[in-house]
Amino acid sequence: MIPALRRYARALTRDVDAADDLVQDTLVRALRSERLFLGGDVRSWLYTILTNLNKNRRRSLARRPQFMQLTENNPDASGTEAEGRDIEKALATLVEEQRSVLLLVMLEGMSYREVADIQGVPIGTVMSRLARARAHVKASLEGERPALRRVK
Amino acid sequence: MNDRNIPVTEDELHAYVDGELPAERRADVEAWLAAHAEEAERVQSWRAMAEMLHARYDSVVQEPVPARLELERLERRPRQWLYGAVAAALVAFVAGGAAGWVAHGAANAPSAFQSFTADALDAHRLYVVEVRHPVEVGGNERDHLQAWLTRRCGWTVFAPNLEASGLKLVGGRLLPGPSGPASFLMYEGASGERYTIYTAKTESGATQMRYAKTDKDGALFWADRGVGYVVSGGSDRDRLTKVARAVYDQAEQNGT
Repeated sequence: MIPALRRYARALTRDVDAADDLVQDTLVRALRSERLFLGGDVRSWLYTILTNLNKNRRRSLARRPQFMQLTENNPDASGTEAEGRDIEKALATLVEEQRSVLLLVMLEGMSYREVADIQGVPIGTVMSRLARARAHVKASLEGERPALRRVK
Repeated sequence: MNDRNIPVTEDELHAYVDGELPAERRADVEAWLAAHAEEAERVQSWRAMAEMLHARYDSVVQEPVPARLELERLERRPRQWLYGAVAAALVAFVAGGAAGWVAHGAANAPSAFQSFTADALDAHRLYVVEVRHPVEVGGNERDHLQAWLTRRCGWTVFAPNLEASGLKLVGGRLLPGPSGPASFLMYEGASGERYTIYTAKTESGATQMRYAKTDKDGALFWADRGVGYVVSGGSDRDRLTKVARAVYDQAEQNGT
C-alpha cells in the first residue's frame, strides 16, 4: 500500500522529497483520524487524503516563487530516460485535477467510480477531466504547445 | 446503448481503454475502431501513454520505503493506534503476498468490545494528563453537563456520585465515538488519581463486565441496552472494580 501511494505522490508532484512528505502526512493523518474512518475502502480513503493534502500543498506553493530545474538529472532513469522526461513534462502541463484523474486511472488502475469518490465529483466530471488530460498529454508528447491548443 | 447502429462516443472510447465499458459493447467498439483508423490511432496513443507512465513511475514501487514512512516510526506517540483497523490494513497491504503476516493480522483483528475499550482508553490516556483543560464542562455544572451530553448523545448521560469511592466529578466532554458521539466524564481522587467513564453506542451485547489493561491503565467494559460503558483508571484493579460497580449500580437505579 505505501509503495503504491509513493508512486502516485511521485507522479503527482514529480519531486522525490515533496512526494514522500505527502505520503508521510497522509499516513500520519490516517492513523490519527482512524476513528473517523467509517468503513469502506481503506485504499480509496488514503488516496483521498493524499489528493486533498496535495491540493493544500499547491495552494501554499502558489504564494511562493517557483523554481524551475534547468538541467535534467534523473539518477533512476535508464534506457527509457528520454521518454520518462517527456511524460514528466507532459504531466507538468496539466492542471491539478486532470493530472490527478489521469494518474489515478492510468497509473493506479482505479475505476471511474473510485476516482469520483476520491475527488468528490460526479463520474461525468471524472470522464471529461480524463479526456482533456489525455488530449493535453498527447499534444505535449507530440511536441505541440498545449497552451496554444484549444481542446474541447 | 448496445445497439450496433449507435455511433461510438468519445466517452465510450475512454471507457473501452480503461476497462469500464460493458462487456456487450466491447465488440461494437472494436468493430468501429477497425473501420476508423484515426480514432484507432488515438486509442493506441492512450495505451502507449499508460505504458510510458508505468515505465517512468513503477520503479518507485520497487524502491525500499524510506525509514521515515515506516509505521513504527509514525507510531511513536502516546496513543497506540497500531491495532486499529487502518493500521492493520496498511500493514496487510504492505505485507502483500506474505501470507503469514496477513493471517497474523486477521487473527489479531479486534472485536467490537476490544476496539471500543481501546477507544475509551485512548481518550482516558489523552485527557487524564491535562492539567488546565481536562474537560469542556466543569463538575460544578453537573446538571448542565448531563443535559448537554444527553442531548448530544441521544441516550441518558448520567454523572454518578462517586464520593463514597473518594472521587469528585471534574467534568466531562463530548468525543467522537465509534459510531456517533461519545460522552466522557472525569473524576479525581484525593491524591490526584483520575478515573474516566466513557459511553457510546455499541452493538456488543456483553452485559458482563470485562477487564482490559495496558501497561499503566486498566479498564472495565460492559454494555447495557445498546450503550457501552468503559470505566478506566489506574492499574489498581480492585479499586477500579469498586468504582465501576458504583457506576453500574447508580446507572441501574437511575434507569438509564
